[in-house]
Amino acid sequence: MSGRRVERALGLLAAVGLAIGLCIGFLYAPPDAEQGEVQRIMYLHVPLILVSYLAFFVVFVTSILYLARRRERHDAIAHSSAEIGVLFTALAIAAGSIWGRPTWGTWWTWDARLTSTAILLLIFVGYLMLRALVDDPSRGATVCAVLGIIGFLDIPIIHMSVVWWRTLHQPASILRPGPPTVAPQMQVALYANLAAFALLYAYLLFKRVRLEQARWELSRLRMEVAG
Amino acid sequence: MTLARRALAIARKDLLAEWRDRESFTAMVFFAFLILFLYSFAFGGDQALIRAASSGLLWLALIFTSVLGLARSVQWELENECLDGLLLYPVQREAIYLGKLLGNLAVLLLVELVIFPLFAVLYNVDLWLQLPKLLLIALPGTVGLAAVGTLLSCMTAGLRAREAMLPFLLFPLTIPLILAVVRGTEVVMRGEPFDLAVPWLKLMGAFDVVFVTASLLMFEYLVEE
Amino acid sequence: MLEHAPVIDTRGLVKWYGTNPALRGIDLCVAAGEILVLFGPNGSGKTTLLKVLSGRIRPTGGTARVAGHDVGADGDRIRGLIGILGHGHQLYEALSARENLTFAATMLGVDRPRDRVSTALARAGLEAVAQSRVRTFSSGMKRRLALAKLMLREPKVILLDEPYAGLDLEATKVLEEYLLASKAAGAAAVLATHNLTKGFAVADRLAILGHGRLVFEGRREETSVEALRELFALHGEAQETA
Repeated sequence: MSGRRVERALGLLAAVGLAIGLCIGFLYAPPDAEQGEVQRIMYLHVPLILVSYLAFFVVFVTSILYLARRRERHDAIAHSSAEIGVLFTALAIAAGSIWGRPTWGTWWTWDARLTSTAILLLIFVGYLMLRALVDDPSRGATVCAVLGIIGFLDIPIIHMSVVWWRTLHQPASILRPGPPTVAPQMQVALYANLAAFALLYAYLLFKRVRLEQARWELSRLRMEVAG
Repeated sequence: MTLARRALAIARKDLLAEWRDRESFTAMVFFAFLILFLYSFAFGGDQALIRAASSGLLWLALIFTSVLGLARSVQWELENECLDGLLLYPVQREAIYLGKLLGNLAVLLLVELVIFPLFAVLYNVDLWLQLPKLLLIALPGTVGLAAVGTLLSCMTAGLRAREAMLPFLLFPLTIPLILAVVRGTEVVMRGEPFDLAVPWLKLMGAFDVVFVTASLLMFEYLVEE
Repeated sequence: MLEHAPVIDTRGLVKWYGTNPALRGIDLCVAAGEILVLFGPNGSGKTTLLKVLSGRIRPTGGTARVAGHDVGADGDRIRGLIGILGHGHQLYEALSARENLTFAATMLGVDRPRDRVSTALARAGLEAVAQSRVRTFSSGMKRRLALAKLMLREPKVILLDEPYAGLDLEATKVLEEYLLASKAAGAAAVLATHNLTKGFAVADRLAILGHGRLVFEGRREETSVEALRELFALHGEAQETA
């Protein structure tokens, strides 16, 4: 039962955090000199990207643990974190796209960071698809663990290659978080939202893992009844 | 008997089987050539445009084609439970992965060696002098592709939608290789100073080391029940 | 009475695949020079049991020792000591008989591979077609070639999964000769089949597997084909081939 309490507490914290963060971002922080109000989307876009990297790091670590120890708990966390990571990454890209349209006139720019993030999204969507296609849960967990590990190992290499690719081909149009000198209020807004989204991630993860563990528990009970 | 000896035996077995029918090899060469041929129509016959993009087109064609070979290599082991047979030998799992990797690598390189001249003819590029440098670029890229491809083909073997899943997983993961090998090829084909290609060679080298090592370590966990 | 420790010894062996109980506590012993024949309908767990004994899969619970090694901890070691004839014949169709055996010999690490391969081909009656591709073989010939793979070594433990399936007269002869020769050499064998008549004829000990449990276990002298058939009918269908 304490699980439910922790979940509720996390949920509350996340809700409060988001409320505060969004207020700071959309009300307290000043509008950008060049881009105007649109720039505020950064307070969603950047935290979403950073927290999704966190989510995939969690996938990486729990995948290694699963291969080493074969405990269902690790797989449950990996799977849940991948789902949330995919969600946050998709939202981050959407936010980036919405930011880009009025600012640079296009829905999509082949900006280094946006491109890397899109590749990451593809890899982890692949993770979820793979899981869905494997019937045997234990085999699915193993196969996805391997994918989770190589996916994460690839991230720095992907990032480096995409950055080099951009700088060699066209002048970079990097989504810089605002003007070269970020106003202190903007920094506050950024960190506040980062914390808020991290809390949201924690809440969703906790909730999702509990669901997954309930599923494993159900199968275990079935095993006992049948055996 | 050492790991290397057994891995080589597995690679040799794969190449022998492939040589018998040459099914996979022929299909791959034909498919790659067809893609290169079709690009011309996609570009509306604009020769300047095609030449400018030729390096990218070459490697896209080869990467699409690689999926055929990778899938086929695993297919052999699934027929008649040969993979089970392999796993029942007193052979380290790493040797099995390494053997399949070497076999896939050899086939891919052979396909490239056939496609390069065909590419030179179709796109009217002078390849002959550049061939050694081109091979220097192609080798680490192909190693990386074979390394990840072999691992993924074992992961997707026997799945319902494996024809779609293998490329869907393989391509995003190997984007760094694609970028590197295309840029390296451009440097060579345009006669630019080779120094420009060196960072990309290093990138491919890093990719290869990371993924061959990771695959060797993880293969055992992948095949145990 | 057994003078030496049994070559194969399982106690309370359990294997779950996810939520599916394939083996639910198996106690079995097989001594050197003994053939244990395992009967059971499809899905009863015969193949799973053989896979555990071969070190190919790890048990979920219980213990099993094969040729002095524990299957859970020492699966690798065990693979070097056993001969196994699986469901699929595990042959590469594009290669010739000789090439298949040469590959197997390399993988098994046998010494003097060329001699061994030739001997095995002769014993299986396949010298005439040694250079032909396996694709051109009849199913009986393929089974003989799979048996020839076993003949590359003298393993102490032999596991056979449905060896009578797809056999023609010649192949059956080769199989039976092989079983007798191995028995004389002191190997322990577990043979899983649903052919009651043939299995009974070669068995020293018999067991019936039903839904992952042993529903019968005993020496051949203690029972008869008819008794087994009744038990079998209770727990699943028997498939009889003439």
